[in-house]
Amino acid sequence: MNTLEIKNLNVSIDGQAILKDFNLTIPKGEVHALMGPNGTGKSTLAKVMAGHEDYTVESGEILLDGENILGKEADEISHAGLFLAFQYPMEIPGVSIANFIRAARQARLPEGEDINAVEYYKELYAKMDSLKMDRKFTARSLNEGFSGGEKKRCEILQMAMLEPKYCVMDETDSGLDIDALRIVSEGVNHMRSEERGFLVITHYQRLLDYIIPDVVHVMYDGRIVHSGDKELAKELESKGYDWVKEEFASASA
Amino acid sequence: MTTTLENPTHSLSANEPSWLAERRAAGLDQFKSLAMPTARDEAWRFASVGKLSIDDFNPVPAPATSTLDALTERSDLVTARAGRCVYVDDAPANFEGISQELADQGVIYLPLTEAIEQHPELLEKYFLQESTELGSEKFFGLHAATVKAGAVLYVPKGVEIADPFVNYYWTSGTRSAVFPHTLVIAEDNSKVSVVDLFFSETKENEALNISVSNIHAGANAHVFRKIVQDWNEKTVSFQLDTTVAERDAQVQNVAVNIGAERARFESQTRIEGPGADVKMYSLTVAEESQEFDQRTYQTHNAGNAVSDLLYKNALLDNSRTIFSGLIKVAEGAQQTDAYQTNRNLLLDPTADANALPGLEILANDVRCSHGATTGNVDEAELFYMMQRGISRRVAMQLMVFGFFEEVIEKIDSDELAENLRQLIHNKFESKIK
Repeated sequence: MNTLEIKNLNVSIDGQAILKDFNLTIPKGEVHALMGPNGTGKSTLAKVMAGHEDYTVESGEILLDGENILGKEADEISHAGLFLAFQYPMEIPGVSIANFIRAARQARLPEGEDINAVEYYKELYAKMDSLKMDRKFTARSLNEGFSGGEKKRCEILQMAMLEPKYCVMDETDSGLDIDALRIVSEGVNHMRSEERGFLVITHYQRLLDYIIPDVVHVMYDGRIVHSGDKELAKELESKGYDWVKEEFASASA
Repeated sequence: MTTTLENPTHSLSANEPSWLAERRAAGLDQFKSLAMPTARDEAWRFASVGKLSIDDFNPVPAPATSTLDALTERSDLVTARAGRCVYVDDAPANFEGISQELADQGVIYLPLTEAIEQHPELLEKYFLQESTELGSEKFFGLHAATVKAGAVLYVPKGVEIADPFVNYYWTSGTRSAVFPHTLVIAEDNSKVSVVDLFFSETKENEALNISVSNIHAGANAHVFRKIVQDWNEKTVSFQLDTTVAERDAQVQNVAVNIGAERARFESQTRIEGPGADVKMYSLTVAEESQEFDQRTYQTHNAGNAVSDLLYKNALLDNSRTIFSGLIKVAEGAQQTDAYQTNRNLLLDPTADANALPGLEILANDVRCSHGATTGNVDEAELFYMMQRGISRRVAMQLMVFGFFEEVIEKIDSDELAENLRQLIHNKFESKIK
């Protein structure tokens, strides 16, 4: 029950199959990395898991601790405990970070119950401090005018404040310089626990120098074609994705 | 059209000065002689004029004392104030006059009828002198013939008043017709702010409002007027407002429009002196079958002045908004800066926003811009917010607040800004499951 389990997932867009009998199980307490060439379906997987409606789910199940979340609304999936750190976080003009996260926390409370503002800000500031975010950011419009690094730190801040059971991180390393990468990774590592599972989607191995995965999966053409330990990421880095294509193109054909 | 409004039963002119009796008679004549607007009138383009009935609304007797007291109690959106008046169905419910200190400086703040009695020369000069040119001339005439409720504020030269004057206009009775009037005369180098609030006692009491407001800002006067229109959705409302700005005057109008079944808002700004700077901001939340019909006119009769208009509308359900704005720069009004922007956010595909921006420029050295945009809710933004666990309606509400923040942050009072956020929030509450 303590797993995020994707079973025989088939997803298409405009009649074109993107995910093909995709299977993956992430137990709580583990970090799984998902690597693969561009256009192989990694980001589609992340969005479908989060309940994005642009994709057609042909068949399959996504079981979060045994409960099927496939087909549910994005907010329900969030309440079930899945968090998606976006590759390109949206800019929301006029909505401050503090109010946005507060609304997300409020949405998790039973009707009639209100957030304790003092405790909320105390926690928010502590978590911002550890992500080396200026406290003045709380009043700024969400992601508006943020640098790439600031946006990703803001994603991790939201993740830390919402304490999900499973975190899906889509190309969190894109657009980060090495300092930001280190800070963001520390934030993620700080959240690693026996109570939480991670799926770290990345094109590059370098993120995995900071967030050491328990399992590495290689994705190609809509499915996982190979899995291994953290050494697999290094092998991929040295051999390149052409190796994956050559090795597994025939298998997936 | 037949309506008892044509023949006011209460005698208004018995003790009134002759100039006023003449203006009332002219108003009644204007009301009777002009035809009801039709869909063919350019000034009423896109408006649902067929549903714009003023029949069977009448001035009603003063409500019971208990009602007046209860609504006075509810007139509490601005606690730090220099004066307050509360009307219910045009009957005086409560009046908080100015301090002795302000009186000693020559400040006048009075209910309309008392101002007419005590300061007839002042009123003769300013009262009912600004009609509308934007289509509701007929209704202005009825207002002139009938008006008895209102607040008159006069600030002498050089007097600065920090706290606002707050005027509450309530409706309560059955099919009540009200005609509130706010008159602000700010002499040279004075500084003053006013808040006008329009409320209904219940969600159900049907009403007709034809209100008029005039601001006269003298040389280098600073006037800040905030308007909160939160009638219930059984109200037909006309707000006919005019601002006149002399040399170097600075005037800000911020309007928050939430209520009424049909709300016609005519806003005229006339710049009569160089260096004047007039800002007009408005935000509107339209829901169900509400219609907000906004007509604006920025006239620059003097050069080197600024007028800046920003109207933002958020629309839900089957609601409609109409924005029609005209900037007119007179010959010789060089180096005018005039801006006009209308932004509409459609939260439901069935909502309908219409925009008719316009320019008429007779000078050659001016900077003018006008623009209107209408956009839908960004689905990618919505998905992002929902992924954090925020429901669709709450996410939309946050987006609306974000959309409005540009206007709300211009309100200098935190208390009022917060109260306005709460009013907007209340409007959404029924929609959040």
